[in-house]
Amino acid sequence: MSNFTSATSIAQNVASGAQSAASVVEEHLQRISQREEEVHAFNLVTSTEARERAADLDARIARGENVGPLAGVPIALKDNMCTRGIPTTCSSKILEGWKPPYNATVVDKLFAAGAVFVGKTNLDEFAMGSSTENSAFGPTRNPLDTSRVPGGSSGGSAAAVAAGFAAVSLGSDTGGSIRQPAALCGVVGVKPTYGLVSRYGLVAFASSLDQIGPFSHSVADAALLTEIIAGYDPMDSTSIPKPAPSLVSVLGRGVEGMRIGRVADLPEGADADVLARLDAAFVALEKAGATIVDVKLPSLSYALTAYYLIAPAEASSNLARYDGVRYGNRVAANDMNTMYADTRAAGFGDEVKRRIMLGTYALSAGYYDAYYGKALKVRRLISDDFAAAYVNADVILTPTSPTVAFPFGAKTDDPLTMYLCDIFTIPTNLAGHPAMSVPFGTGQANMPVGVQILAPTLGEEAMFKVAAVLESAA
Amino acid sequence: MIDNGLPEGWELVVGLEVHVELATKTKLFSGSPNRFGDEPNTNIDPVTLGLPGALPVLNQHAVELAMRIGLALNCTVKPSTFHRKNYFYPDLSKAYQITQYDEPLNVDGFLMLPGGVRVGVERAHMEEDTGKSTHFGGAGGRIHGSDYSLIDFNRAGVPLVEIVSHPDVRTAEQARQYVNELRAILVAVGASDAKMEEGSMRCDANVSVRKYGAELGTRCEIKNVNSVRSLGKAIEYEARRQIDVLETGGTIRQETRHWDETDGRTHTLRAKVDANDYRYFLEPDLVMLAPDAEWVERVRAALPVLPAARRTNLAALTGAEEDSEAIAVVVERGQDTYIEEVKNSGGDAGRALVWVQQSFAEEGSAPRLPAKDLAALTVLERDGKLTATQAKTVLGDMLEAGGGDPAAIAASKGFEALDTSVIEGFVDEGIAAQPDAWAKYCAGEEKAMGALVGTIMKLSKGKADGKVVTAILQQRRGS
Repeated sequence: MSNFTSATSIAQNVASGAQSAASVVEEHLQRISQREEEVHAFNLVTSTEARERAADLDARIARGENVGPLAGVPIALKDNMCTRGIPTTCSSKILEGWKPPYNATVVDKLFAAGAVFVGKTNLDEFAMGSSTENSAFGPTRNPLDTSRVPGGSSGGSAAAVAAGFAAVSLGSDTGGSIRQPAALCGVVGVKPTYGLVSRYGLVAFASSLDQIGPFSHSVADAALLTEIIAGYDPMDSTSIPKPAPSLVSVLGRGVEGMRIGRVADLPEGADADVLARLDAAFVALEKAGATIVDVKLPSLSYALTAYYLIAPAEASSNLARYDGVRYGNRVAANDMNTMYADTRAAGFGDEVKRRIMLGTYALSAGYYDAYYGKALKVRRLISDDFAAAYVNADVILTPTSPTVAFPFGAKTDDPLTMYLCDIFTIPTNLAGHPAMSVPFGTGQANMPVGVQILAPTLGEEAMFKVAAVLESAA
Repeated sequence: MIDNGLPEGWELVVGLEVHVELATKTKLFSGSPNRFGDEPNTNIDPVTLGLPGALPVLNQHAVELAMRIGLALNCTVKPSTFHRKNYFYPDLSKAYQITQYDEPLNVDGFLMLPGGVRVGVERAHMEEDTGKSTHFGGAGGRIHGSDYSLIDFNRAGVPLVEIVSHPDVRTAEQARQYVNELRAILVAVGASDAKMEEGSMRCDANVSVRKYGAELGTRCEIKNVNSVRSLGKAIEYEARRQIDVLETGGTIRQETRHWDETDGRTHTLRAKVDANDYRYFLEPDLVMLAPDAEWVERVRAALPVLPAARRTNLAALTGAEEDSEAIAVVVERGQDTYIEEVKNSGGDAGRALVWVQQSFAEEGSAPRLPAKDLAALTVLERDGKLTATQAKTVLGDMLEAGGGDPAAIAASKGFEALDTSVIEGFVDEGIAAQPDAWAKYCAGEEKAMGALVGTIMKLSKGKADGKVVTAILQQRRGS
């Protein structure tokens, strides 16, 4: 547990008048001014808007209004969520300066809950990466050791919470982009069930995998945030037509009698310090009354390959709209094709280009069946494997990241070593299941280690129960 | 063997792809108005413009209209999916079109042409329209070589249904009939206004030729056909072009060709080898569209009587031939129910058909003239109280005034009814005035009757009923 005040406490204090929203905001803005230059968690700090918002909340509270369950809570948003009138860049030059004319659904929901937005956080360009080194605006540094990466792609959102710049933040997770940086920065990170949180206004990377979720210091804050941002949205056709789950109320119910899955055929690659913390987590849960059961997920070793066909294929289509015609940067040329080519060559970074090419190739006539088509079959196999495993287990525990936070440049020369960062997180995205990372001690160089809790579709309750027990045992 | 207008031994094979814009209030995937002719770029929103983060939501009314089309074309409605068709073009805001691909909503239907030819309908699927580009400067209105281009996204996202026929059409006339009949059906079910001139209905033709009994020939797709008349001309031209190529030892290359209305020819637009690789894949932002049986049956039950059945009904009602011009025209205008009302008001349906066809072109499906008034007119006519010429004059006044008592109008114009005895008197005078004609007529020269009738009508100052005069003459001759 960190020494920062939790979102739950802030909201209670502000709502009761014990603390003003203005003072909470100043406290966070002060930490930003002290360390942001070093950490670079943000693409944009919206201090003016945050102060105005806090003053407005304080005035409403003074009039006796209930401003919502996140009264005065400072929140940072990953810079791939649309904010009306406020630049949304995806850390890409191609969208530099673009101001969305509308809010993402999650932004409206947080606003309605009384939150205060403090800024837009840095990410790997278009959420493609595992270290935030792929940002067009420079990397974010891990606040716990600034010679190391914060993870990615939501590295800015993880760092903002870890550094106390915001009480909580939102990220997006396509293959581990919330859970992996949460693990590397020592905070809680949740990827909800696909369809639980509306994607409307989230700039798409891979539409069938993307999901928005929270970062926080505590499991309780993560549960609160998830409850608030979840729920059916008619603007997102893949949104699950059910009310948001009740999660805060299940915390503290313990894990007595629960069956915790241990993957017998876990893919290799995790460091010993990470595996040691996973073992310790099993011991803690057993001690709390859970049963450890072995499960097999034989198709897991194909997940990474399938992911790196499916996600780039969707990305190649999703990112085709950045053509310089209607918004964003344009490189002028004398004919249409040159304008397209020059605009995209100048606007996208190397990793984005690499994935657009991968995806375009995987979908091409003559290659579709061998690549994209086969990847879809693997995706079904993975879902089948999980379904079989969840017959015997309520949740499954794995490492979040195979390593603790690594130094800058350690994995930038070979994209494949970077892709392996997501080996444990990708399978849940392919299955559409929920998963979260909870800090559970430290490993090499005293850097934090995260344990990942996986659950079946809409299994958030079981997942949060286990997370709460691990948090108290950590 | 049917006459296809081609050289001896050649068979024409045509399949048609028709796009229609659906008459919904809003777009296929967003709430912007679906309206033609507004100021450019006013009916737009984040979804239409393909802004980052915007997501499509399927318009249920569009689905209902698409099902109406499918069911009216005897299709089976099936669980279906949407795909992305990826290509770059400035008026395609997302750089992909959302369209149905291998699992369309409507499959395996057919359309019966008025002449009894059955044309199979392979599928009728849903998709979104693109924006509209206008290119300025340079040659030919194309983007290449132009100085600049403007895009209007009002049309982007307008719901379309593409109706794909089997290659069952064998003559240009059948192609015209197919499109006319399809248009009549689309209008009847309220799915579209289906105006080719305004682009709410667009037609491409896949044309090939072969010797009778041979395998299917290589086809060319003809685009830019903007009227039913052009469709026939384009198919005829293209068939002859292909036969010329084949008869001089050449081969047909599969390609897309552009119909040029000004020179009456088709020109190569792009060869198949140059075709885009659209990289179709399942649209991850939408879920499966699987209308439940109850919905499908509700739509089927609510379908109106279709034009073919209405033609049969009107023919039975009026005694006219089912494939006559009058029946086709009146049903197309939707005035068949009006004729039914005339009949129900005691009128003569056969005479009503004639008047409605001739004088109601501007009236639409709900003529202003009360059906009972037209009924009264046809009764006067049937009873010999008014001649056809007089009735036409009276009808003109009635249409102008939006109604009226035809007997009173006739009286005010001095169109009093003539007794047969009075007409007999005029017949006597007429025979006396034209003895030669009378002699010829009695000798069996039917043509001579014209002169006699003309003289008698003139003597009666047009008040005698021509039919009565003819009957008296025939009676006198003893025929």
